[in-house]
Amino acid sequence: MGDVIAEVRSFLRDNFMLDDAEIRDEDSFMAGHVLDSTGFIELITFVEERFGVEVADDEMLPENFDSLRNIAGYVERKRGAAAA
Amino acid sequence: MTTPLGDPYLLHHFFATTAARLPQKTAVVCEGARLTYADLASRAEACASLLAAAGVGRGDRVLLFLDNGPDFLAAMYGALACGAIFVPVNPLTKPDKLAYLLADTRARALLTHSALAPAWRGPVAAAPHLQVCVIAGDPPTAGDSPVRMTRWPAPTMPAGRSDPGTIDRDLAAIVYTSGSTGAPKGVMLSHLNMVTAARAVSGYLGYREDDIVACLLPLAFDYGLYQALMAFKVGATLVLERSFAFPVKVLQTLAAERVTVLPGVPTLFAMLMDMGSLGSHDLSRLRLITNTAAALPVEHIRRLRALFPGATLYSMYGLTECKRVTYLPPEQLDIRPGSVGRGMPNEEVWLVDEAGTRLPPGSTGELVIRGSNVMQGYWEKPEETAQKLRRGADGEVLLHSGDLFRTDAEGWLYFVARKDDIIKSRGEKVSPREVENAVCSHAAVREAAVVGVPDPVLGEAVKAFVVLKEGCAATERELIRHCMAHLESFMAPKHVEIVPELPRSENGKVKKTALG
Repeated sequence: MGDVIAEVRSFLRDNFMLDDAEIRDEDSFMAGHVLDSTGFIELITFVEERFGVEVADDEMLPENFDSLRNIAGYVERKRGAAAA
Repeated sequence: MTTPLGDPYLLHHFFATTAARLPQKTAVVCEGARLTYADLASRAEACASLLAAAGVGRGDRVLLFLDNGPDFLAAMYGALACGAIFVPVNPLTKPDKLAYLLADTRARALLTHSALAPAWRGPVAAAPHLQVCVIAGDPPTAGDSPVRMTRWPAPTMPAGRSDPGTIDRDLAAIVYTSGSTGAPKGVMLSHLNMVTAARAVSGYLGYREDDIVACLLPLAFDYGLYQALMAFKVGATLVLERSFAFPVKVLQTLAAERVTVLPGVPTLFAMLMDMGSLGSHDLSRLRLITNTAAALPVEHIRRLRALFPGATLYSMYGLTECKRVTYLPPEQLDIRPGSVGRGMPNEEVWLVDEAGTRLPPGSTGELVIRGSNVMQGYWEKPEETAQKLRRGADGEVLLHSGDLFRTDAEGWLYFVARKDDIIKSRGEKVSPREVENAVCSHAAVREAAVVGVPDPVLGEAVKAFVVLKEGCAATERELIRHCMAHLESFMAPKHVEIVPELPRSENGKVKKTALG
């Protein structure tokens, strides 16, 4: 779980954030305007490619993607489902 | 509520009249919260009392730097009730530009949210005219800022403030728009301008009291703002979404709330139609779909009509400088799908040649607009104002749109091109100069040229051609990120190409037509 958080944080830092900006695990990307609608599409593409999961239309929800913690939980559930 | 004239004539009268008539009706649905007209009125009253107590009065500028939500609406009506002028600011705005807006308007008050603090903290501390900063969300921390920071006020009952004496010639709003010189220009809109536009647009679209109007566009964007103004004018319910970042969530809300009116821009409709699961959401209540900001591709018009057979589709064209210019009556859609229509009610439009002479049907020329919806000018920019607002043959001020159109034999209008080099991406205006300035502020960049390139979803995507300083290195991604830190995200280039030099004409000017 920590790996997913670290990798997504580094992706956001490299692509979207101000140099000195901090983001906590539970911060909403939407509320803090870290990402806009096209930014979320880039984020979802990154998650699919980097973690080998396929994101269905109806999984593109804030509870799965709107914070580092939510993404980590989502990736873990997807991997668990794939392994089962 | 009765106004001094009996009928509503100021922008906020329409909301106040409806709130008095339908106090228990749901005015706003936002992120699970439902507010009645009475709830929203008491929140607006609380903002008005706080602003008045802080010394904000007639003609003062009040910046609204807020996401879509009831707070934005309460702040807007609160400011108007004090006689102040509201300035909506896109919540994607970065510190540099917010500082410019605070300085340019000499704003007395800023209403914002704690989540946006990274953008406002610096600019607020350096804004000499700012007297009060009202913050929703987390309570403000005591800092060393010279500006008074205060928490968002709790709803209150009307408190018998003195009437600021506003008349319909007074400014209601200043809405900033990108200019080709790079510095954003404030479009000054009087109460009469906005009342005229809201009446005409809600009239020809036929907004009704039983409508459920979706607002997915930012309230800081004028067609988003007008959804609130028009819904509240007729006593409808407004379903406000913070963003279109999660289309499935938005669709679930549209279905659950049984939305009847869906206003959008081409990018929003393109994203919607890209979703495989669109058909699984019950949107059978939709009766109106309206498009603005840029023309819908004819293929998208066809698909939208096939997807939503029960809804009527309106193609429209507008400018912040007068809100709406034209609309195509839906019965014309099959006859001339590429047309943006004709002038709206209570407004006159026609084409002129370079000398300003009126052209007959079948011509190509610049579109000019005459009506009470035409702006008062650009805030403290007399030269730019003089270019756009010019006296016609009969001495009356006309708005020169800067856009070229052609008319068919029957006088219907078709968009041809812009006269300036402004890019339209995601329905927003992007000034190439503003983007070039941001790219060039990177230490490794010697010069840059920015153009729009076709993009299936965005309409036009922003592309920067960049020449690096000798001995310097920077990656494309690094330059995009640098722009993201200084510009609203829709302005940041989607593509960057590093080139050894820019193509130039004989007189040394960058030849943008050679880029793409």
